[in-house]
Amino acid sequence: MDLSAINPVLLIASLMVAATPLLLAAIGELVVERAGVLNLGVEGMMIVGAISGFAISVETGSPMVGLVAAMIGGALLSLLFAFLTQFALANQVASGLALTLFGLGLSALMGQSYVGIKPPTMAKLDIPVISDIPVIGPILFSHDPVLYIGVALCAVVWAVLKYSRVGLVLRAVGENHDAAHALGYNVVRVRVLAILFGGACAGLGGAYISLIRVPQWTEGMTAGIGWIALALVVFASWKPWRVLLGAYLFGGINVLQLNLQAAGIAIPVEYLAMSPYLITILVLVIMSADKSRAPASLGRIFHASG
Amino acid sequence: MTGTLLSIRGLTKAYPGVVANDNVSFDIQEGEVHALLGENGAGKSTLVKMIYGLVKPDSGEMTWRGGAFAPPEPKAARASGVAMVFQHFSLFDALNVAENVALGMENPPSMRDLARRIRRVSEAYGLPLDPNRTVGDLSAGERQRVEIIRCLLQDPKLLIMDEPTSVLTPQEVEILFQTLNKLKSEGTSILYISHKLEEIRTLCDHATILRLGKNVGECVPADTSARDMAELMVGDTLQTPTRTTEKTGDVMLDVSGLSLEPSNPFGTTLKNIHFTVHAGEILGLGGVAGNGQDELLAALSGESTTWPDAVKVKGEDVGHLGPNARRARGILAAPEERLGHAAAPDMSLVENALLTGAMRKGLTQNGFVNWSGSTAFADDIIKAFDVRTPGSDRAARSLSGGNLQKFVIGREVLQDPEVLVVNQPTWGVDAAAAAAIRQALLDLAAKGAAIVVISQDLDELMEISDRFGALNEGRMSDIRPAAGLTIDEIGLMMGGAHGMEVAHIDEGAGA
Repeated sequence: MDLSAINPVLLIASLMVAATPLLLAAIGELVVERAGVLNLGVEGMMIVGAISGFAISVETGSPMVGLVAAMIGGALLSLLFAFLTQFALANQVASGLALTLFGLGLSALMGQSYVGIKPPTMAKLDIPVISDIPVIGPILFSHDPVLYIGVALCAVVWAVLKYSRVGLVLRAVGENHDAAHALGYNVVRVRVLAILFGGACAGLGGAYISLIRVPQWTEGMTAGIGWIALALVVFASWKPWRVLLGAYLFGGINVLQLNLQAAGIAIPVEYLAMSPYLITILVLVIMSADKSRAPASLGRIFHASG
Repeated sequence: MTGTLLSIRGLTKAYPGVVANDNVSFDIQEGEVHALLGENGAGKSTLVKMIYGLVKPDSGEMTWRGGAFAPPEPKAARASGVAMVFQHFSLFDALNVAENVALGMENPPSMRDLARRIRRVSEAYGLPLDPNRTVGDLSAGERQRVEIIRCLLQDPKLLIMDEPTSVLTPQEVEILFQTLNKLKSEGTSILYISHKLEEIRTLCDHATILRLGKNVGECVPADTSARDMAELMVGDTLQTPTRTTEKTGDVMLDVSGLSLEPSNPFGTTLKNIHFTVHAGEILGLGGVAGNGQDELLAALSGESTTWPDAVKVKGEDVGHLGPNARRARGILAAPEERLGHAAAPDMSLVENALLTGAMRKGLTQNGFVNWSGSTAFADDIIKAFDVRTPGSDRAARSLSGGNLQKFVIGREVLQDPEVLVVNQPTWGVDAAAAAAIRQALLDLAAKGAAIVVISQDLDELMEISDRFGALNEGRMSDIRPAAGLTIDEIGLMMGGAHGMEVAHIDEGAGA
């Protein structure tokens, strides 16, 4: 065992990378759930985003075009969910599970000819002087742009929900869709837009895994991150900053346990592998013990009557 | 204050199987308080939803100050100057007062300005309100203030109020009327929907009466007796329930020192409640909704358990027992909210009858359901309580509110309870059916049961109860004999004016 092999600077830098897909998917799902919709299809939208982004960036040679394609792919899949739940008034839990299964199958089909290919790499942020500052440079200023987008998105979602008219209407729809309808807000439109946003975020999160973090395509490579994102939203009490905290905590422990495994620590690998899940949920459960509660219309079907 | 503000001509709206409004016409003058009077299901709500742009009429037209008026959505109606206070509040529990107000406005100012304006208007109209409080923590009266202030901030020409007084104490009603009169003196027209005749006689200049979707008459309420209006509204002469006995027996239900934390985050804590009910007696419990009625019913039915000796029946401690154990001892309850709490909406009437009747009617044996017995029990209820339904195999959801209410009450009454607790027994029920339900409760008491009736309807409580008490913020008032109580005394028992104050008539319109 050689703990000195673990470099704290690299550890922090890589935990931010590890946390980003989770953060993106969770912040999207947070918006969806604040609008009163429970979309369990996050995993499916992520994996479809992962292959869409991968395929398009391989074909075009541009990772940026790939990321945009991933967002479109995730949003298109979520449109199916929006149609089922908002127009056909199908059960949200069943539709979401179906979306995940469908997404996993579809992505495997789409990805058949992309196994083993290396995608074009995305340029990292490299600001002369600043990126070269010891410790701070590698941690804060030499990542890929998507990582910063993730953190910025978290801040934007928080500010929009708290301060803007759009955010207020979105929360109102999630809180009491009948009252929102009575006041003349278009509940279905707000929800469809929220679902599309959630799909785009999940797609981006998926592409982050296949294009930047890994980067290659394998079937089922999102490996349950979508489910963790769903749990994270609940345990973060539907609050954006707690989602960020939870995502970084999860990413951090995940990276740490991988490092510990590599360092050959005398704890069975299985315990290390389950530790990020346990610790993240434990911390967030303790934090969510305050008065906060779910949006009151979460998961309920809205049918406009009279 | 001359001229017609809104004129309605031949408005018709049909839903599958029912014509909600059939060729309705009337005019609302500028600066007038116009009453829209009718039973539940007479089509009042549909009519105002058309004025507010929530529902499109099938035919007919409206004119607003002479010009055509057909709001495609509430936004358009609000822009013309129509504002509406909803019957079932259109508020968001988890948001604060200012956010709730902002949601009802087209172009809300910044939150800080809005909070200031809410304070100013609420003081000008005698409706004190803190813009930063979470709506879920407010009392029913305060929640209504939020709705009213939301309307006032838009400087409405026509204010629609749908059953505004059903959640207020008599004192609060009086203050509300002063606010409305102040609005009227400023030239605002008010369309006031109610089935409470005395209120309409005090407040309104003109009344239109609806029955089964049709306009069946108009009158000047001040010159018409309440009885005449009631008969226009019902289309029949009214039967008043009759009381057969005055005797009371032993103490059946004894509640002492009952305190209970609510099960939901916006509930009311019950605080040290004491009362007794004798055999053959009806105890009426009034109070503004949300003052602990639901929690008290839960504590008596066994939904919430407490210390064993907090609730005693015939001397036996039952406070720690669940609903089925209490049913076995003859304590039955019919909660309010018939869809969801008192009945399972998607289950048939037979299944619903079985759910509470299984214990006392012996409808299960060794864990197996006796379906023929259950069907017979459901059919008995349908027959005895004149429940209008094609058969007992229909889903509870398919019954109209009044019919299901009769079923829910009948189901408990026919199990021969020794103690019966009902909450809002005639809520949403038409006058004839309400009279039948009240008569059934009186008959049950005459047979020696002890009955607790929790209701918002003070007239109902005065009609059937022997003694009267009121819940206020989870506390019980003194229990007093119902005969001879004045409306003022009742209002004070219910907690007086709940912090409302009289409108300052001399100030200018602060909106």
